[in-house]
Amino acid sequence: MDDIDRNIINTLQAGFPICPSPYQQVAETLNISEQELLVRLQTLLETGVLSRFGPLFHAEHMGGALTLAAVQAPEQDFDKMAAIINAFPEVAHNYARKHKLNMWFVLATETPAQIEQTLHKIEQQTGLHVYNMPKIHEYFVGLKLEA
Amino acid sequence: MIDPIDLQLIIAIQSGLPIVARPYALIAEQLALTENEVIARLKQLKQQGFIKRLGVIVKHRRLGYQANAMVVFDMPDALVDVKGRQISQHDFINLCYLRPRQGEQWPYNLFCMIHGKSRARVMQQLTQLIHSCALQDYPYDILFSPRCFKQRGALYKSTQPSFINKAHG
Repeated sequence: MDDIDRNIINTLQAGFPICPSPYQQVAETLNISEQELLVRLQTLLETGVLSRFGPLFHAEHMGGALTLAAVQAPEQDFDKMAAIINAFPEVAHNYARKHKLNMWFVLATETPAQIEQTLHKIEQQTGLHVYNMPKIHEYFVGLKLEA
Repeated sequence: MIDPIDLQLIIAIQSGLPIVARPYALIAEQLALTENEVIARLKQLKQQGFIKRLGVIVKHRRLGYQANAMVVFDMPDALVDVKGRQISQHDFINLCYLRPRQGEQWPYNLFCMIHGKSRARVMQQLTQLIHSCALQDYPYDILFSPRCFKQRGALYKSTQPSFINKAHG
C-alpha cells in the first residue's frame, strides 16, 4: 500500500459521488487516471484492506434493528462458543475482549422482533446468558480511520 | 415505506457498487431502468436518510489500527448527555453511545470506541479524554480486543445482502 492507495481510502471513506462518471470525478481530485483508480480499488478489495465498497444503510430507517450483546464464555469453551455465535448470519461483528464479559458481538436483523428471537437462539445453543445492550442514544458515529 | 423499485435498487447495490467507469449505468441495465433514474433514486434515498453514505468500509486492523478499545463509564443519568457530547468532540473517538446498564455484572452506561495504532497511544488518549471531560470521578473500564472473530456487513434481505457495517449498532 502506497501514498496513492492511502489517498484513495481516505477520500472514499468520506463519500462517493452519485453522477454518471463518479470514478472519473474522484480520480481528478486524486490526480490519477480513472483507470488507475478502478484497478487500485479492485486490488484493495481483493487483498482485504477494504471490507466493502458501497452503501452504508441506516438500519432503523430500513425497518431493521441492531444491538450490541455480550456473553461470559468459560475459557475452556471459548472457541466453541465463538463458533456457535459466528455461525448466525445475524451476527455482523464479534470481538473477544478482556473482561469477565469476554465476547462482544453486534446483531443486525431485518426486523426488531428478530433481535429477541436470535438472542434467544444464541442462549439456547450456547447455554450462556446473553447481555443485551441496544443503544438508547447515539452521541457520535464517525467511521473514518486515516489510512 | 420503500417503493418496490427502490427496494430492488437497494438489493442490487448492497453487496457493493460495480467498479466500472459507469457504475450506475450498469446497475440501470440490470434493473431495466435508465442511468438517470438510478442516479435520481440514489440521491433521494441518500437525502431521505436510508443511505447514510456511499464509500469504502476499511478493515481497521489491516490499516494498522491494532488497538481497538471499548471504553465504558458509569455516568449518572443526569450527566450522561453532557458527557456523551463532550466525549464525542475528540477526534480519536470513533463511536459514542448510551446503553442500558446490566446490574452488578455491568454497571456502565456510556460506551465509546477508540481505534488506535498502539495500546500505549490509546492509553494516552484515554488519559487526555478523562482530563479534558472531567471524568476522573466516575467508574470506568477499558476493554481491549485481542481477537476479532468476525467483521462484515450485516444482512438486509436474507437473500444475499449486506446492509450496514458499523462497529457498534
